[in-house]
Amino acid sequence: MDNKSGMTIIVKTITRITVPTIILYGCYIIFHGHLTPGGGFAGGVIIALALLNVMIAFGREFTNNWLNINFLEKLESISATLFLVLGILGFLIGTAFLFNFISHGELFRLFSAGTIPILNIIIGIKVAMSLFLVVWVLAGLKLDEGESL
Amino acid sequence: MILPFFIIIPLLTAFLIAIVAGKKDNFANGLSIFSALLLLLGAIYNFFTQNQEVIVYKIGNWDAPIGINLVQDSLTIFMLIIVGLISLTSIIYSRQYIRNISTNWKYYALFMFMVTGMNGVIITGDLFNLFVFMEIALLSTYALVAYGGKAEEFEASFKYAIMGIVSSTFILVGIAITYSATSTLTLAKIAEQIPHINTKIVYLVSGIFLMGFGLKAAIIPFHTWLPDAHSSAPAPISAMLSGVLIKALGIYVLIRIVYNILGAPELFLKILLILGAVSIIIGVLLALAQWDMKRLLAYHSISQIGYIVLAMGIATPLGIIGAVYHLLNHALFKSLLFYNAGAVEMGLGTRNLKRMGNLTKIMPVASQTSMVASLSIAGIPPFNGFFSKIVIIIAAVQADKPIFAFVAVLGSILTLASFMKVQRYGFRAERMINKLRHRIGWGMNVAMITIAFLCLATSLLIIPGIREFTLDPIMSVIMNKTNYIQMVLGR
Amino acid sequence: MILYLLCFILLLVGLYGILTKRDLIKIILSASIMGYAANLLLILFAYRNGSIFPILRKGVEAMPMVDPLPQALVLTSIVIELGTTALLVALALKLFQKYKTYDITKIRKLSG
Repeated sequence: MDNKSGMTIIVKTITRITVPTIILYGCYIIFHGHLTPGGGFAGGVIIALALLNVMIAFGREFTNNWLNINFLEKLESISATLFLVLGILGFLIGTAFLFNFISHGELFRLFSAGTIPILNIIIGIKVAMSLFLVVWVLAGLKLDEGESL
Repeated sequence: MILPFFIIIPLLTAFLIAIVAGKKDNFANGLSIFSALLLLLGAIYNFFTQNQEVIVYKIGNWDAPIGINLVQDSLTIFMLIIVGLISLTSIIYSRQYIRNISTNWKYYALFMFMVTGMNGVIITGDLFNLFVFMEIALLSTYALVAYGGKAEEFEASFKYAIMGIVSSTFILVGIAITYSATSTLTLAKIAEQIPHINTKIVYLVSGIFLMGFGLKAAIIPFHTWLPDAHSSAPAPISAMLSGVLIKALGIYVLIRIVYNILGAPELFLKILLILGAVSIIIGVLLALAQWDMKRLLAYHSISQIGYIVLAMGIATPLGIIGAVYHLLNHALFKSLLFYNAGAVEMGLGTRNLKRMGNLTKIMPVASQTSMVASLSIAGIPPFNGFFSKIVIIIAAVQADKPIFAFVAVLGSILTLASFMKVQRYGFRAERMINKLRHRIGWGMNVAMITIAFLCLATSLLIIPGIREFTLDPIMSVIMNKTNYIQMVLGR
Repeated sequence: MILYLLCFILLLVGLYGILTKRDLIKIILSASIMGYAANLLLILFAYRNGSIFPILRKGVEAMPMVDPLPQALVLTSIVIELGTTALLVALALKLFQKYKTYDITKIRKLSG
C-alpha cells in the first residue's frame, strides 16, 4: 500500500494491531448480549468504530478497496430482513410474532435464551453497518463542491 | 390475527427494495404498489370482519403489562383504511412524478418506512412503542421533504426536523413522567390508573402531550413548520404529509389520549375548542394572502385541522362523528388538491397562481378534479366537505356553543373565497398557455380521478343506515373510556 | 427533588440553545442536549435508593434492583437520537453546500 494517503506510519501500525482486537471485543459484547450488559447495539457500535478507525488511519480510498461498500449496504438490509423473517418464523412455528420458539436452555450459558442471541447478532450486524455507512457517506460529502447560489 | 402484518408488510417491502432493486425504480414502484394494495385490502377485510369488537394482539405472546400489545378497534381500522388509500394513490402518482426528480429506489424505501411508522402509531397499544413508530415516520419524512435536492427543500426540512425533535423530546419527557406516576406504559393500564394519581401530575402530563402532539398536528401556536415543509416536499409527499401524517401522528394520538386515557376532562376540552377556533380563522386568513399554490394549500391544512380539533372539543356524540368524518374528508380532498398542484407544477413549471391559466383546455383532468376538491374543501353540497362541516356546525349549536358554530361558518366562507381565487386566477384564468413541459401520464390521472370520485362517494357515509356501521362504532369507541380499558385488558 | 429540577434546567438549556443560536451545528448540539436531559430524567425515575444494577449474575443472590424498563427505553431513545442527529448533520452539510454558510440568518430562501 502507499503511505501517502491517511495518517503517519505510527498510527497505521498501531491501527493494524488494535482493529482486530476491537472487532473481537465487539463480537464478544454481541454474543454475550443476553448474559451481560451490552448486546446487539453496543457491540455493533464498537465494530463500526473499529471500521471507522481504519477509515481515519488509512484514508477513504484504501478502505474502499479493502471493504466492498456495496456489499455492506446490502448486508445492512439483509440483516433487517432476517430479523423480520425470524419474527415471522415465530408466528409460523409458535403462537405470535417474534415468539421465542427455540428451547430456552439453561440460565447463564452462552447457548441459551432461544432466539435472543440470534436477534442480537442480527442487530449487531445491522447497527455496525448502518453506523459505519452513515459516517462513511457524511465523510464523503465534499463541502466545496455543489452549485452555490 | 393479521394485525402485526400492517407493520411487517411495509417494513419488509422497504428492506426488500433496498436489497433487490438495482439502479432503476420499476421494481421498487411495482413492489410498493403491491404492498400498499395489500395493506388497503387488509384494512378493508378487517373492517368487514370486526363485528365492532376489540382485538388485542400480544407480540411474542407476552401479556399486556410486560409485553407490547397491538390493539384493533373501529377507530384503528378507520385510520388504517385512510392511510392505505392515500398511500396507494400516492405511490401510483409518484411513478411519473418522482422520475422528474430522480430514478432512485430510495424514495420508495423511505415511503414504505413512513407508512410503517404511521401504521405502527395507529395500531400500537403501548405509549413508548407509539413514540418509536412516530420517530420512524418522522425520520423518513425529514428525508422525503428534502428529496428534491433544492436549497429551499433542505431549509424546510431542517426547520421541520428541529421542530420535530423539540416536540419529540417533550413527548419523551411526558412519557417519563407518565411512567413514574403509573408504573406502566400500556395505554389501557395508564387509563385505568389515571383516576388514582395526583391531579397536578395529570395536568402536567396532558399539557406536555398537548404541546408535543399538537406540534405534530400543527394546531395554531405550533404551526410554523407546516407551510414550509408541506409546500417544499414533492407533491405526493405533500399529499401524504397533509392528508395522513399530521392526522395519524397528531390528531389520532390526541383523540386516544384525551378520550380513551384521560376520559375527556372539561379543561382540556375548552383548550381544544379555543385552539381549534383560532386555528380555523388564522389558518384561513394566512392562506388568503398566498399566491404560491402549495403554500396556500398548506395553510388550509392548518385551518381544516382546526375544524377537527374544534369538533373534538365539542365532545358530544355528534361532535365526535363530525371530527372523525372531517378527518376522512380532509385526507381525501387535501391530498387531491396537492396532486393537482403537483400536476400543474410539472406541466407549467410554476406554482405561482399568477402564472397559470387556460388549464381546462390543456390539463382537463387536473383542472376538473381540482374543481371537485375546491368545492369539497369549501363545503358545497353534494361533496363530502359540506356534510362534515354541517355536522360540526350542528353539533356546536346543539352543545350550546353558538360562537364556535359562527367561527366554523366564517371559516368555511373564507375557505370558499380563497378557493375561488385558486380557480379564478389559477386554473380558469385567461392567460393563454398552450404548451405543457411534461404530459401528465395515466398514473397521475388515475390517482386524481380515484380520489375525486371518493370525494363524492364518501358523502354517503353520513346517511342514516350507512352511518350505523361506519361512523357510529368509531364514535362509541372514542366516547367509552371504561369499555376500552376492559376490552384491552380482557376483563 | 433537586436532581429533577437540574434535569429540567438541562432541558431548558437545550431549548434556549435551539431558540437563540444562529449556527446550524450549535442548534444540532442543543437538540442533542435536550435529548440527553430527557434520557437522564428517565434514568432518574428508575432509580431506587440502595438498589443495584438489574442484571442476574451466577452465584450472586438476587438483591433489590433498579427498574430495568426505563434503561431499555433510554437505549431505544439513544438509537433514535443517533438517527435524527445523523440526518440533521447531513442536512446541515447539504445546506452548507448550497449556501456556503452555517449561519441560519443567512439561510433565507423561504418566505415566512
